[in-house]
Amino acid sequence: MSTLTSPAPTTPPAGRALPSALVGARLPKWAPYVAALIALALAVGAKYGLGWTGWYTAFFTAAALYIVVLSAWSYSVEGRRRAKDRVASTLIHACFVAAMVPLLLILVYMLQRGLPALTTGLSDPDLRGLLVGGLIGTLEQVGMAAIIAIPLGIFTSIYLVEYGKGRFARAVTFFVDVMTGVPSIVAGLFVYTFLLLGFGARPFGFAGSIALAILMLPVVVRSSEEMLRLVPRDLRDASYALGVPKWRTIIMIVLPTAMSGLITSGLLAVARVAGETAPLILLTGYSSFLNANPFSGDQATLPMMVWDQLGKRTGNPGTDAGAWGAALLLVLLVLLLNVIARLLARLAQPKTK
Amino acid sequence: MTEPDPLEEELRSAGAVADEQRRAAPAPTRGPADPPSSAAGGSGTVRSSISGQSVRRGDRVFKGLAAGSGAVLLVVMAAIAAFLVWKAWPALFAGDANKGNLFTTQKWSFSSEGPSNFGVAALAFGTIVSATIAMAIGVPVAIGIALYISHYAPRRLATVLGGLVDLLAAVPSLVFGMWGLYLLVPKTQGFQSWLNEYFSWTYIFDNTRFTNPNQYGQSLLMAGIVLAIMILPVVSAVCREVFLQTPRETVDAAWALGATKWETIRTAVLPFGRAGMISAAMLGLGRALGETIAVALLLSSAFKINGHLTEKAGDTFASTIALKFGEASGTPLGIPALITAGLFLFVITLIVNSIARAIIARKKDFTA
Repeated sequence: MSTLTSPAPTTPPAGRALPSALVGARLPKWAPYVAALIALALAVGAKYGLGWTGWYTAFFTAAALYIVVLSAWSYSVEGRRRAKDRVASTLIHACFVAAMVPLLLILVYMLQRGLPALTTGLSDPDLRGLLVGGLIGTLEQVGMAAIIAIPLGIFTSIYLVEYGKGRFARAVTFFVDVMTGVPSIVAGLFVYTFLLLGFGARPFGFAGSIALAILMLPVVVRSSEEMLRLVPRDLRDASYALGVPKWRTIIMIVLPTAMSGLITSGLLAVARVAGETAPLILLTGYSSFLNANPFSGDQATLPMMVWDQLGKRTGNPGTDAGAWGAALLLVLLVLLLNVIARLLARLAQPKTK
Repeated sequence: MTEPDPLEEELRSAGAVADEQRRAAPAPTRGPADPPSSAAGGSGTVRSSISGQSVRRGDRVFKGLAAGSGAVLLVVMAAIAAFLVWKAWPALFAGDANKGNLFTTQKWSFSSEGPSNFGVAALAFGTIVSATIAMAIGVPVAIGIALYISHYAPRRLATVLGGLVDLLAAVPSLVFGMWGLYLLVPKTQGFQSWLNEYFSWTYIFDNTRFTNPNQYGQSLLMAGIVLAIMILPVVSAVCREVFLQTPRETVDAAWALGATKWETIRTAVLPFGRAGMISAAMLGLGRALGETIAVALLLSSAFKINGHLTEKAGDTFASTIALKFGEASGTPLGIPALITAGLFLFVITLIVNSIARAIIARKKDFTA
């Protein structure tokens, strides 16, 4: 926030700016830091003075005291409105920090527990087999989900962008939105009733792919719809003007222009479902030996390996190394997909020119 | 497909492009430069030699593919509802096979011979309470994050910081659950017992069972807190979009009147974004209601309605399906009961999401 700096005729006394005609009295720039120091000192004093255990209490007390000190000071110098502004600004900054702290804690904790687990896991032949089997299962199931969902999703978004008018298109748009909200366990339950109960099949890997495809579909439609809408009208018009039919315009002009965006949206959708566990519990079973065939027999995946090693599947917990190693591998896979997708998104930017 | 005449539809969508151009530049009405409109749409009235039969067939096939994909989506949604109802039927109308009442019984026990005894009361309670805690904590913080990124953060950093918040959405829910169970729960035993010590008068934080902080741990409160973190990215992303669309004029007007930054936000940004915030909150609610794995790890199942949030109890629809699936196939009603739980969850999330989307749609009409 920029403020008018009034030409102060005299040097203001410490801690208090002279009121000017244009701007009311303001706290000096360093006021927040001083307030933070005061709050911290009071909190630490309270910790030792009152014999509090643990630093969390002191930290939160300091944070609360900071707001109290700063707003009281501001109220006395700048008045009610500015004091309110400072409180709101502090709280809004705190909200952002409140989101970053768990993210940081999760990543650090995952590395802390996962790295040693993964190194022991990879050196132990049994665990290595499990990890490799899980990784293969995850890649296969997620890959097949992508093969189903991405073309279907892109065609749906083409319909919505290029053809969609009228009641049918509105219904599709609405149900894409509603489908986004379908809980993953419900998608799993649906495939379970449909394939496993309906056809009496045993759990197998591809069943998981179908559930994942259901979860991916609305995500793909939504994001590729946005990408297709970014393609400039002029390009389509130019193609029509040359007498190119609409479908060839879409294939030769619209899709190539939006291609990198479409790849990004597909990858982000893959990343979204790669970590899904809930539907797999119902659908894919789990096997401790390698099953690379997704169409028959129980197939292990990384999330299911974690679920199994935590003892949630059978009631017998496995090893720490298995659970945390597999979890870290999963996180790395998801993060890698995200990073690639975002890099591609950056490459896709200048295409609109 | 619902449209009566494919030709007419094509004309309207493709020809509209040319129409727009004609309206924009009305100089040459029907000249040699015009035919593209008929070639593009395959006009029904003017049969030119360029828009032959083959061109229109290609268009029709392609449009059929595109519309068919949309239809698949609708069919899947309908099939989800139909199959869940069909397979839940034995448990929905169990009659004498269920000793309890489906809606009021707080039990989840099945037997292979005698009547089972189950009902969704405890599940509904746990689902609603954990989602409510998540909303109470998550939505205000998410709005704060959205305001920070849209109005407070340095412009150049804003996209990067937004990406960081989005990264939170990339963390698998399994990892949230493990983090919550192995790091957050042990570290917050003191916090939970502190709540009991000073806020037991609120009833919800009262805990008459535990005497030692070490007994605290998995609880509805902790599940709600982890859920709150999990809904942050989706809620803040939607709010951010809405806040960024605030008309520049309104904001400038507020500044010009000498409003402080907070006053600008309160008088210009927040009222503009109200519908967006509500629908974002509903989307977060849908996410929180349906979250499975993290909640399954963080709750210790008891199948009892217990208003003391720090005590070890709590089940949700989703967590029950995941946790009880393994043992369900042994009894005739086990699986149908779980599908019933899934059906309830499906209906609830469907309603919540529809409301959210309706709010967004109405807002769109209003601003357009």
